[in-house]
Parts: sequence; C-alpha cells; structure tokens
Amino acid sequence: MNFANDTRLILGRQIRLALRNPAWTVISLLQPIMFLVFFGPLFASVFKRGLIGGAGNAYGYFVPGLLIQLGLFGSASVGFSIIADFRYGIVDRLRVTMVSRLAILFGRIVRDVFVLLIQSVVLIGAGFAFGLRAPVSGILIGLGFIALVAVSLSAVSYGIGLLTKSEAVLASGLNLLIMPVVLLSGIMLPLTVGPHWLADLGSLSPFRYIIDAMREAYLGRYASPVMAEGIAVAVAMALACSCAAMVIFRRENSR
Amino acid sequence: MTIIEARGLGRVFKTRRGVVEAVASVDLTVGRGEIVGFLGPNGAGKTTTLRMLTTLLRPSTGTATVVGCDLIGDPVGVRRAIGYVPQAVGSAGGGSDPNSSVREELVLQGRLYRKPAAEASRRADLLVEQLDLAGLERRLTKTLSGGQRRRLDIALGLAHSPQVIFLDEPSTGLDPQSRSNLWDHIRRLREDLGTTVFLSTHYLDEADALCDRVLVIDNGKVVAEGRPEELKRRVSGDIITLEVNGDPGIAHAALTGRPGIREMTRDCCSVRLAVQHGERALPELLRFLDNAGIALKSVHLASPTLDDVFLQLTGRALRDGSPVTQAQTPPARMLELEEIAG
Repeated sequence: MNFANDTRLILGRQIRLALRNPAWTVISLLQPIMFLVFFGPLFASVFKRGLIGGAGNAYGYFVPGLLIQLGLFGSASVGFSIIADFRYGIVDRLRVTMVSRLAILFGRIVRDVFVLLIQSVVLIGAGFAFGLRAPVSGILIGLGFIALVAVSLSAVSYGIGLLTKSEAVLASGLNLLIMPVVLLSGIMLPLTVGPHWLADLGSLSPFRYIIDAMREAYLGRYASPVMAEGIAVAVAMALACSCAAMVIFRRENSR
Repeated sequence: MTIIEARGLGRVFKTRRGVVEAVASVDLTVGRGEIVGFLGPNGAGKTTTLRMLTTLLRPSTGTATVVGCDLIGDPVGVRRAIGYVPQAVGSAGGGSDPNSSVREELVLQGRLYRKPAAEASRRADLLVEQLDLAGLERRLTKTLSGGQRRRLDIALGLAHSPQVIFLDEPSTGLDPQSRSNLWDHIRRLREDLGTTVFLSTHYLDEADALCDRVLVIDNGKVVAEGRPEELKRRVSGDIITLEVNGDPGIAHAALTGRPGIREMTRDCCSVRLAVQHGERALPELLRFLDNAGIALKSVHLASPTLDDVFLQLTGRALRDGSPVTQAQTPPARMLELEEIAG
C-alpha cells in the first residue's frame, strides 16, 4: 500500500501547487475557447452544407478535436515543470527519500489527468452553449479518452524533459511532435475529404483513431469497430508512454 | 566506527563528445560523528561523488557502503539512514519548492519517509525550532532570504533524523554573516544530535572552519587527505617574504643551499622562502642576512592557508579552477632557480 500512499502524497502536493497558481490552467484553456468562439461558427456553417460528410451535430464533430488539441497544448507542456523542479533540486530531494520511484512520476501524471479533465468539462460546457448536443454517457466516454490522452502526453513530456533537462530542447521537440499530430489527426476537418495520400499518412497518428472514437461516442454509437479501435489505441499509447517515461526516470537512479 | 566507506568509486558519463570521467576512483572512509569535507574546484567530481553516495546516481565502478548498507544492493536501507541537501542553484533553493510554504515542505518531507501525519507534524515543529525558522512556517519559500532558505534545505534533510547528512556546498552564495550562522548550525548537528556530516565545498575557509578532516579532490581523484592543520603543514610549510634593499639576487644567492629552506623564489624586489617552522627559523635567518651585509626593508611571515595547499597539490588556484597563469605561478623548484642564478 506504500505505492498508493506515496502517490497520494505527491498528488496532493501537485494539486496544491496547481491551485496556488491557476494562471496556467486558465491560459491553456484560452486557445481552444477561442477556436470554439471564432472558428466554431464557420465550421458549423460549412458542416451544415454537407461538405464535410459527418453525421449529426456540427459541434459534436468539432468539440472532440478541440479537446484533443487542449491536451496537446496543455498536458504536453508539463515537462517544463519537471525541468524546473530538477533545477530547484526538488527531484533529487524526492528521490533520496524512501518514497516509491514510480509514485514520484505517477502522482504528477494523475494531477495532469485531473487538470485536463477539469479543463475539458469547462470546454464541453462552452460547447453546449454554442449548440453541442450529445448523450451524457457519450460525453463520459469522451472524458475517459481524454484521461488516457493526458496520461500519454504528460508521460512523454516528462520523459523528454528528464532526458534533455533543457527547456529549449523540450520546446522544439514538442513543436516538432505537436504540429504534425494536429494536422494529421483530423482535428479540424476529417482527412477523408482530402486526397488519399494524406488520409493514409493520417492513419499513422494514434490521435486520429481516438478522435474518431470520441465522435462516435458523441453520436451515441458505443458498440462499433471504430470505438474498439479507439479504445485499443488509447490504452496502448498510455501504457507505452508511461513505461517509456518510467524507464527514463529510473535510468539514472542507483536502483 | 565506520559509517561511510567507498572503494574505487567511479563514474563516467557518455556525452556526444565522448566519454567523460567525472569521478575516476575515490576511496574514502568516514567515521561515525565526523565532519568531513570534500574540497575541490567546480567540476572536480564533488557533486557526482555525493550523488553516488546518496543513491541518486549509479556508480560505473567500485563499491560503497553507507551505514553498512550497500549502495547497489540496498539503496532503500541507505536512503532510510541518510539526509541529502542538494546544491543551491542561483536564487533557487537546494530542494525546496518556491511556491510551497516552509511548513508544508517540512511535513511532506516527513511523510515521504512514511511517518504518520501527526509525527511528521511534530517533527516539523521541532525542526523549525532547531533551525531558527520560527515565525516563517507559513511563508512561501521563495520569499525567504538566502540564509533562511538554506536552513530550510538543511531542515528538510533532517526530516527523518538521519544518521548521516550530505550537504552539497552548503554556504555557496550566502553573505558572510549567514555563512557563519549556518556553520554554527552544522556544528550543532554533531554536538547535539551526533549526526555525521559529509559536506562538499570549494571554500577553503569553510573546510578549515568546519571539518575534522578534509579530502582534497581534483579531476575526479582524491589527491590529499588529512586534518586541515596537517595538510597545511605537510604541503607548504610557512612562507617568509623578505623585501630587500637592493638586488634580491644577492640575497637569493646567499641563501641558496641553506638548510631548512624548502623552496625559494624571487621577484623584482623580494625573496620568498618556504620553511618548516617559520617563527623559529626567522631570527636566525635575519642574523645571517645581517652578517652577510644584506639590508632588508620588511619581513613578512605567513602560515599557509588551504589555498596554498590546493595550489601546491594541483598546480591550480582553487577560486577559478583554471590553470595557473604567470601572475600566480607556484613556487618553482629550487633546482631550476639555482640554474638561473648560476
């Protein structure tokens, strides 16, 4: 039970710190909110003309993409905080105690999941104001996907941060990673409206499957191959990313 | 009784430019209740050695035990018994979070050692008392002064009443008053609690003021070891500087070959001698020069500092860690000077 207890301690500390300085949580929400307000209406009119080829409600199609975008810009930048902690000697200070190595990382990741979920609920609420309609169970399934995405992205971000210990490298690494993911996952428009080669390239992005599955969930279709694919990809990605981050975190340790 | 023992401890880092040997091979033994200093310039391998001894870094070679627990075999046993205070980096603290309060940090640290909440809380109160942090409990650590924050860092290292505490450059960046205050606290760790203290420093005065024993480290190797007085005596002897009226070459030639003079250098107007017991050698030396008809303007007798020790051992000044330039050339060997004089 030590692991659970240790994780709880680290999580408690991280949540306290996040509450003490909520600016970042609010700022990272601004971008998707602006997309919702200034781009959402354009998207909705194009959607209504049937050019995009999605079923159901325009915002049910648009909001899942925004949620993933929120994760990509929010959770993926948590690595900066671990670089700062490293500089402050906090990582060493924690690692020299008896606390479980895994808990030091896991406590932080759980905090990041909470933060992204809270931001997502706010964004979904705003989406409803603009005309999003989706079943509650579909919304909850969508939040499940968001939680798995948060685990993956913050694990990757912590991993790169610990590996490079350089804000500059992390920033350019994230840029390199995020831009193609944003463009190739059909976040704004489905890749199927474009040429074949682009859609094929997009099928390499794990986020494409997750977004498709979230859109299915918002349509109330829970038992479809798309959904199964999305769940498999999201779980596999979260596991792979966490394991990689853990290996990096333990690498330098004496054990 | 031995509390830290390292044999052939070494660490290499692989970088893009090749393999860097940060610590070549360190042997050291520290007894219970000792205050031992690791003295060396930046980049000598002090922090790397400390990080190995505290289980933060896996050694590439060698073995070590701390409180009888093997570093590799039983890191948890080591962690249970030691405290570690990381180096302070610029204005950032050595281990404390700028946006946490003093009390939050202390309580959390106790709980990370798996103490129940009530016990961690009691311990935090005690540490606040012991390290003069009373009244600051609710302050965020970023609002503390440098000396206060360093005392908090040390308090964090003491959260679980460790048998050994490792301090990485405890007083770097502090003003003189905060430093001597911190030194008092470090001495008290041993006097009141019997804690063994292993610290690294690049300040000679700190090593001199605090340590029972000093290990001089340079380029990843321990190059000398002993009590500060011993080191000073063994390496340099006392320095007598004779300011001469006229050509110092004459005085230099007259003194060449006299017994008791270990080293001799001269510059434009003075001769510098290293002798074993300066205060005893001086009267006879003055009599000799007087008889030889050499007039002196002034005489200066100085005991060596650990600065001189370091210079002598490594050929480099400690302050900057850079190779010695012309202005600070160490005393040349007597043989060479004889050749010049001849």
